[in-house]
Amino acid sequence: MMGNLLEHMGIEKDRVHFSWISSAEATKFVDVVKEISDKVRAIGPNTKFVKDYI
Amino acid sequence: MNTCINKIREIASKLLENGEVEKVIGFANGTIPMATSPVVINSKQDVDKLVFNSTCGLNLANYVRNQKGKVAVIAKGCDSRNIVTHIVENQVKRDQIHIIGVPCTGMINKKKIEALFGDDIIEFTEDGDTLNVKSSTREETLNKKEYLRDNCTLCMHRNPVVYDDLAGDLVQEQTLENPYPDVDRIEAMDADAKWQHFQELTQNCIRCYACRNACPLCYCPTCFVDESGPQWVGKGQNKTDVDTFHFLRAFHCAGRCTDCGACVEACPMDINVRDFTRKLNKDSFEMFGWEAGLDITKRPPLDVYSPGDPNAFIK
Ligand code: SF4
Ligand code: SF4
Repeated sequence: MMGNLLEHMGIEKDRVHFSWISSAEATKFVDVVKEISDKVRAIGPNTKFVKDYI
Repeated sequence: MNTCINKIREIASKLLENGEVEKVIGFANGTIPMATSPVVINSKQDVDKLVFNSTCGLNLANYVRNQKGKVAVIAKGCDSRNIVTHIVENQVKRDQIHIIGVPCTGMINKKKIEALFGDDIIEFTEDGDTLNVKSSTREETLNKKEYLRDNCTLCMHRNPVVYDDLAGDLVQEQTLENPYPDVDRIEAMDADAKWQHFQELTQNCIRCYACRNACPLCYCPTCFVDESGPQWVGKGQNKTDVDTFHFLRAFHCAGRCTDCGACVEACPMDINVRDFTRKLNKDSFEMFGWEAGLDITKRPPLDVYSPGDPNAFIK
């Protein structure tokens, strides 16, 4: 529901991912990170919910 | 609804006289016309201070916590659901409160009525569905149904869900083909338009926290926005901090919000913060078949684990 609310507020669907990976699941970790990087790269840099420190 | 005040006063007077409760929490006339404010009375002589009308938009469930002894509280449909939530969350015991239920026909949108007049309203009276509003230059007779708050037009639980006494006859519940048209409208936008919508919605927020304070769900001793060690969110007007506040305030209400509208009622900047909570209410209903505060024996969906919980979001 948190992901849905973020999406409702305008955060792109592919920006935020949730996963449950055990410390014994190295290959799953690699796969998930790959998938996330690809999806996030596809939508480009995030401009929302960013705080500028000047 | 205006006739129920006699019944409310009669019940309150009896409860105080017999010593069944120490206090009665209700509404009294505010300092300006077309406004009421919460009041606590503890003697029979004061029952005439109690009023009940279509301006009682705050949620009295907010005041039943941390009371000594037994208290009576006047509860509309939504208030009663927040009392149920309090009981489920161990904020109050069922036998500590005497619920004077008021079947409700909706509360009015004061801002919408004020907008009809260029000057201050000096008198407000109502009779059934007819509202009579007077300013120093003009008088208008309005149909209450056209001036209800958004949440009241979409309400499907006008009758109190628990009560010890009823101050009026039960009313017909509304049936709605689509209870979430407002959420659907936002869902239909693309990501950037959604973002824009919420940016504009909260751009005037002054971080007064009236929305949080008016909400019966927000009872943490130290709210995350007030915490300074660690400081979870900046305290100024930085837009990202404002967004973070709104996002998290809403999320803390997930599966618990009754759409009582007290948050919107309290906001001095006229921000419809329900745009955040309504999405959560819709999701709770669609994902868990859940509406908050209807059943004293069930915990909110995010409070319990069930093997049937939707888990498509997780990889
Ligand atoms: S978030 Fe607003 S509508 Fe929901 S319970 Fe709190 S005050 Fe009522
Ligand atoms: S009541 Fe209105 S102005 Fe105050 S913090 Fe809430 S949304 Fe912002």
